[in-house]
Amino acid sequence: MSEQPILQVSGLSHRFGRRIAVADVDFQLWPGEVLGIVGESGAGKTTLLRCLSGQLAPTDGRVAYGDRLGDMVDVYALSEAGRRMLLRTDWGIVHQNAADGLRMGVSAGGNIGERLMAVGDRHYGNIRGHAVDWLRRVEMDIGRIDDLPTTFSGGMQQRLQIARNLVTGPRLVFMDEPTGSLDVSVQARLLDLLRRLVAGFRLAAVVVTHDLHVVRLLAHRLMVMQGGYVVESGLTDQVLDDPQHAYTQLLVSSVL
Amino acid sequence: MYVALKGGEQAIDNAHGWLAEARRGDPSVPEISPAQIAGQLSHATDRAMAEGSLYDPELAALAIKQARGDLIEAIFLLRAYRTTLPRFGFSAPVDTSRMTLERRISATFKDIPGGQILGPTFDYTHRLLDFEGAAPQPAKQAEEGLSDTMPRVLELLDAEGLIEPPGRSAGGEIGDVTRESLEFPARRDVRLQCLARGDEGFLLALGYSTQRGYGSNHPFAGEIRVGEVTVEFEPPELGFAIELGDIRVTECELVNQFAGSATEPAQFTRGYGLVFGHGERKAMSMALVDRAMRTEELGEAVTAPAQDQEFVLSHCDNVQATGFVEHLKLPHYIDFQSELQLVRGLRRAAQSASTAVIKEAAE
Amino acid sequence: MSPLDEATAAAAPAQPANTDGYNFAYLDEQTKRMIRRALLKAVAIPGYQVPFGSREMPLPYGWGTGGIQVTASIIGPDDVLKVIDQGADDTTNAVSIRRFFRRTAGVPTTERTEDATVIQTRHRVPEVPLQAGQILVYQVPTPEPLRWLEPRETETRKMHALQEYGAMHVSLYEDIARHGVIAKSYNYPVCVNGRYIMAPSPIPKFDNPKMDRSPALQLFGAGRERRIYAVPPHTPVKSLDFEDHPFTVQSWEESCALCGATDSFLDEMIVDDQGKRLFVCSDSNYCERRREPAGGEGAL
Repeated sequence: MSEQPILQVSGLSHRFGRRIAVADVDFQLWPGEVLGIVGESGAGKTTLLRCLSGQLAPTDGRVAYGDRLGDMVDVYALSEAGRRMLLRTDWGIVHQNAADGLRMGVSAGGNIGERLMAVGDRHYGNIRGHAVDWLRRVEMDIGRIDDLPTTFSGGMQQRLQIARNLVTGPRLVFMDEPTGSLDVSVQARLLDLLRRLVAGFRLAAVVVTHDLHVVRLLAHRLMVMQGGYVVESGLTDQVLDDPQHAYTQLLVSSVL
Repeated sequence: MYVALKGGEQAIDNAHGWLAEARRGDPSVPEISPAQIAGQLSHATDRAMAEGSLYDPELAALAIKQARGDLIEAIFLLRAYRTTLPRFGFSAPVDTSRMTLERRISATFKDIPGGQILGPTFDYTHRLLDFEGAAPQPAKQAEEGLSDTMPRVLELLDAEGLIEPPGRSAGGEIGDVTRESLEFPARRDVRLQCLARGDEGFLLALGYSTQRGYGSNHPFAGEIRVGEVTVEFEPPELGFAIELGDIRVTECELVNQFAGSATEPAQFTRGYGLVFGHGERKAMSMALVDRAMRTEELGEAVTAPAQDQEFVLSHCDNVQATGFVEHLKLPHYIDFQSELQLVRGLRRAAQSASTAVIKEAAE
Repeated sequence: MSPLDEATAAAAPAQPANTDGYNFAYLDEQTKRMIRRALLKAVAIPGYQVPFGSREMPLPYGWGTGGIQVTASIIGPDDVLKVIDQGADDTTNAVSIRRFFRRTAGVPTTERTEDATVIQTRHRVPEVPLQAGQILVYQVPTPEPLRWLEPRETETRKMHALQEYGAMHVSLYEDIARHGVIAKSYNYPVCVNGRYIMAPSPIPKFDNPKMDRSPALQLFGAGRERRIYAVPPHTPVKSLDFEDHPFTVQSWEESCALCGATDSFLDEMIVDDQGKRLFVCSDSNYCERRREPAGGEGAL
């Protein structure tokens, strides 16, 4: 199988007025690879994620996606329709707040089935069957298929969000603090699930987080951001065990 | 034997006959005239003109009489009449700086060049019902007339660069909500038009909500003016402007707080209201909501209903609103029949399902 | 008429055919032209909602101003107009609208569906199949079928443009999950010409099949919401459903108490204090014609 990067980012910068939010980011992401982006609040992580996932056109630089046919597609040269289609099929986004990534007034089954219906599935039984499969895969009680997400715990809502995104077999998933609003014990189980799913479906992922445990568990590679700049990058274990940059050292040492 | 109902036409005629009788009221009581309404209930005619989008106090009075005092019904009459009127062009923008002032106040400075002119205001009356109805005394005349040139308070702030300059339409384009479909997002000129003819009660409530924390913008009443302005029109054949006549308007300019950003130094911002006739409540509410709807443009987050353009503009027209609310009185029995059938079916299905369960349990 | 004569006739102000000094059918010619342009665009893009500068009319918004503006723009002195509400010619609002056109246009009116060239309707499609050359004008309260899922116009416009209709099917899925059936009995959403999802107006779903490939022209006017849309003759109109939960129409165990019809939409009447019920055809003209002696003209 010829390997193309699934994401190729060059010279990516973004300014809000005169304030620099993201400066000069370059990297490549390969299929099946997980990249972690860490740094404290205000470092530019979320802005970077929005630029990468087609939601915010950067003031400078290029984001290219390696599609299923092997072409590198300039994400911001696509029409809005094209980007929205990517977000429904090849890509997934897991938000920190489940309410941002789910329809809270729609049942679990409806939430999972929506992408299938959006791409043309018209068989109720099939759709429901897929929803059941995915509830199992994210280790949720299939008896809750008709329940509203408002009746679920935070951890279950996140699992539902994951299922909703993965049902159309995306190749690339963007995650913004996926365990951010959860209890420590719930976090651990969710991270474990994510690790298995990512490996099992050979997903590429970009995970933004301030929590080093998350990247330790999920990410192959790491980028450390400070004030909009990438100050250090490399293999996760290397960076965390032997940080070179002063800021990285600070981050690592302040983890309990 | 059931006989199908007929006679809708006759029923309508009879209803109209009764309406005419009710409108006249007790024949031994003198009939009210449009002149009395226009002369002695001028706030009512002013509101009808403002929201009817038609300046004609006599017509407004006639509409109020025909509507038996229901102002929204009167506004509806004026709007429907307006649709039929030929239009021969646009006037020049009225110059409120050259207003023949009856009233002019500012809350931002204790004293202003030209002075605070109270005019015929309710503001300082004690709201005690007057049962005696004393014969009105002629008001005292002032010793001096008002100055011809009353500078605008906001222009004084503008001279120091303390307030943003007044808005300008991009490319000089001006929309017309009575001719074009309202699209979102709407430009400010279109938004102001909608507000000018929008329901006073709705805008009052929205303006009030901004003062109670739903999207507050720290308003001060920079200047409120009531008086007559001249309407000028330039016929293409003449090439110069002629005066068509004078109309009374109320103008409200609010001064609102704004923190500077990386690109803009700190400046006050504006909210603007302008209505036909004497309508301070409406002009002030309009200015509050105008400023609230500029939230996004000024780089702030939209969090409150008054800031939500689509919400405000879709619901501020009371003729549309009353039409749709009251349309519920129209027959809906076909759709209701469909729903009845559906609900009966669902209940039957639920019952047979639970009977089946009971049977199973019993076995 | 020569093209020049036609153009001159179109440009000249029409003679008021009535007492009030208003233009023929109330609207001025410029407004009619504007609406006809919107109608042409609507016919060219079946099911697409065309914005138009809806005028203030002498009837209230929500009471048929959209339908009235469409009818006023297409009607001519040679037309024959039928107006129905809930399927009947004699309901008060139908009477009021018919009077409006008699007063402002002086056109002949009829209750017989077959004799009408323009039929303005609220909430029903006539039982008698329409013919080529007839125009059905629907009164529409809420033109946007996605409105209940998404209140913002800016978002629904995008959804139509990008054919993002997933949310619509989600709502049907939810109905089946919750009730076992799709719980929409009127204003049932349809897909027009395989492209746009459209609100057929609050007709009962019973009437949806009549819209499919009709030889008549179907026009839809929403005055308050300022939208016009159309289904040209012979256009496929398909009610949304799932393959394993196909679209079905209402049916009654009873037949019409007056004419015995078993294939029409029936109104339920409560006829006494004990709650005794009778069922009668909603389409009053259809019912009357069935009761006419065979071969006779029958009274209108």
